[in-house]
Amino acid sequence: MIRYIVRRSIGGLFVLVATSFVTITIFFIGPKVAHISPALYFVGKIPPTPQGQKLIEHRLGFDQNLFQQYWTWVKGIFVGRNLGDDQSVIHCNAPCLGYSFRQHLPVSHLIAQALPVELSIAVGAALLWLVGGVAIGSISALKRGSIFDRLAMTLALAAVSLPIFFTGPLLLLIFKYNLKWLPNTNFVGLTTDPLQWFRSLILPWIALAFIYAALYARLTRANMLETMSEDYIRTARAKGLARRRVVIRHGLRAAITPIVTIFGLDIGQLIGNAVITETVFNLHGLGLLSIQGINSQDLPVIMGVVLVATFAVVVANIIVDIAYAAVDPRVSYS
Amino acid sequence: MSAEPVEVRVTKPETDAYLSVRDLRVHFPTADGLVKSVDGLSFDVHRGEILGIVGESGSGKSVTSQAILGLHKGSRARITGEIWLDGQELVGASEERMRALRGDQMAMIFQDPLSAMHPFYRVGDQISEAYRVHNKVSKAVAKKRSIEMLDRVGIPNPDRRYSEYPHQFSGGMRQRAMIAMALVCDPKLLIADEPTTALDVTVQAQILDLMKDLQREFNSAIILITHDLGVVAETCDQVVVMYGGQCVETGTVDEIFYEPQMPYAWGLLTSMPRLDRSRQDRLQPIAGQPPSLIQVPKGCVFNPRCAYQDKVGGDVCRTQHPELVPLSTSSTHAVRCHIHPEERRRIWADEIKPTL
Repeated sequence: MIRYIVRRSIGGLFVLVATSFVTITIFFIGPKVAHISPALYFVGKIPPTPQGQKLIEHRLGFDQNLFQQYWTWVKGIFVGRNLGDDQSVIHCNAPCLGYSFRQHLPVSHLIAQALPVELSIAVGAALLWLVGGVAIGSISALKRGSIFDRLAMTLALAAVSLPIFFTGPLLLLIFKYNLKWLPNTNFVGLTTDPLQWFRSLILPWIALAFIYAALYARLTRANMLETMSEDYIRTARAKGLARRRVVIRHGLRAAITPIVTIFGLDIGQLIGNAVITETVFNLHGLGLLSIQGINSQDLPVIMGVVLVATFAVVVANIIVDIAYAAVDPRVSYS
Repeated sequence: MSAEPVEVRVTKPETDAYLSVRDLRVHFPTADGLVKSVDGLSFDVHRGEILGIVGESGSGKSVTSQAILGLHKGSRARITGEIWLDGQELVGASEERMRALRGDQMAMIFQDPLSAMHPFYRVGDQISEAYRVHNKVSKAVAKKRSIEMLDRVGIPNPDRRYSEYPHQFSGGMRQRAMIAMALVCDPKLLIADEPTTALDVTVQAQILDLMKDLQREFNSAIILITHDLGVVAETCDQVVVMYGGQCVETGTVDEIFYEPQMPYAWGLLTSMPRLDRSRQDRLQPIAGQPPSLIQVPKGCVFNPRCAYQDKVGGDVCRTQHPELVPLSTSSTHAVRCHIHPEERRRIWADEIKPTL
C-alpha cells in the first residue's frame, strides 16, 4: 500500500514536470515564432528601442536557453528567486510561481487568495451533487418506470442541457433580487464568518451541483439497475435480509464503486475550471484569475494557474486510485 | 404488482411432508404474452429426503425454487396455487413473513458461487450476516459460528479463510462457503439450484457427498435442481421430471431410472452419456426444441417432439392435456401420458432399455 502510494506519487510528479515544461515551452517559444518578445506578455509594455528590449529580456532571463529558464522557474518554486538584475530587483519568495508585473504581486500570492474560494466552491458543490445525484439515481432505479423516475430523469436531462450561465443568473434573479433571501453574496472566508461564507456559496453550489447531480443521477440509476439484477442480490434476499439492507449494503455498495472514480476526477477538474460559475457569481477563484490572466496577457499568472490545476487533477487521480482499491477488494495495489 | 392468490385453501393438504407444493403456477406477463414458466406443479418433500427436479433449461426448475423462497414477491410474476412449509401457506404470505422464513427455515444454494457472493465483502462476514439476520447475537458469536460452519463444510484454515474475499477462493471452496452460508441457521429445507453445474467434475462429487453428509446430519429436506441425471441417480430419493413448466413424470429414483414411462424421460435417459457404452454409438438427442412457454403446445406439452404418438389413437395427444396419473394408489410413481400403461411398459422394455 505504502509502496503503491509512493509509486503513484512519483508518477504524478512526472506528469507535473511534463505539464509545466510543455506550458513553459509553449509560452516561451510561441512568441518567438511570432517574432514578438516574450517580455511583452510579462511586463505588458516594451521599450521602443532594441536596447531597452534586450535589457528587459536579460532581466527576465529570456536570453538564456529553454532548459535554463525552466530550471530557474522550477528552482523558484522551492527556494524563491530574484527577478531582475542589480538595478531593479523584485524578490519572489518560495514557492515562487512567477511574478505578475500587471498586478505587482507574486503569482503565488494571487493563487493563495483564490484557492480558498476555489476549494469552497468545488468541495461544497461536489458534496451536494454526490449526495443528491446518488440518492435520486438510486430511488429512480428502485422505482423504475414510476412517476418519480420519469420526472427525475426528465429533470436530469434538462439539467445537463441547461448551461450554468442560464441557471446561475436565474438563481440570482430569484433568490437575490426577487425574494431577497440572499441580499449580500460577497465571499467571506469560512473561518471569518461561516454563515456569510455559506450565504455567498449556496447559489453557486446549487448551480454547479445541478449539472453534475444530473449526470450522477443517471449514472447511479444505470449502475443500480445493473447491480440489482446481479446474483449476489438474489443471495442477499435469499438470506432473508430486509429490503433496505439489500438495497444499501449490497446494491448501492457495488453500484457506487465506479462513481467514486469519476467523482475524484470531477473535483480535480473543477479546480481551475469553474470559470463561468465564478464569473456569474463574481467569486474570485482560480477560474476567474486565469481568465483575467488570459485577458490581460499575463503569462506568469496563467502558468501558475495551469500548474495548480494540473496538481489538483494529479492528486485527485492518485486519491481515486487509492480509494478504488479500498472500495473494491478485487483491485490489488500492485 | 404483487402475487395474487386466486384461491387460498385454508386447510392443509393431507400429508406429513415438510414442504408440499400444490398446483403451483408462476406466470410472467410480458409484452409478447403470458409466459407460463410453471403451470400446475405439485410435489412433496419430507424431512431427510432429497427430491431431484430434472429438466431442460427453461423447464421451470429455477422459477419453482425461487417461488418457494418467495423471491418473486414484489416482481410482476403471478403466482397461484399453494406452497405449504411445515403447516404454513407461503403463496399468500406477506413479504415480511417470507423474509423471516428465508435463510432461517429454508435456504438456497445457487449455481455459480462466484456471482452469487458479494464481491466486496469478506466470505466470513457474508456468512455472519446471514446468521445475524435471524439470530440476535453479537458479531463475535456470529463469527465463531461462521468459522464452525466453514470448518464443517471442509474448508481448511477456516479462521484465516473467514477474512478472505470470494475471489480468493477456488470454485469448489466457494461452493462450500455458499453451503456454509445456506446452512448457518440450520434450515429444515435446502434448495440447491444446480449446485455443481459450474464446478469441475472432481469437485462435483465432493460437493454432492458433502450435501448428502450434511443432510443426514441435520435431517433436512433437500430439493436438488439439476439437468444432470448422473447427479440425480447418485443423490436423490424422489424425482420430478419437468417439461414445459409441468411435471411429466415423478417417482422414486429407481422408478425413474429403471421403469420410466414417459417418452420425455426415455429421451433424457437415451441422451445421457455413459461410460459403459461402446464408444462408436452416438448419443440420441431428443429431436426438436423445448416448447415456447408463451404458446404452450395444445394437448400434451411434449407432443411436438414425441415419437410415440402413433401408439395413441386419433389426435388425442394434440388435443387433450393428459393428467398426471399415479400408476397405482399406493405408488408415488405418476406419469402424464396418453399411451396405455401396458403399452408404455412394453415400449420401455422392448425398444428403449436394450439401447441404453
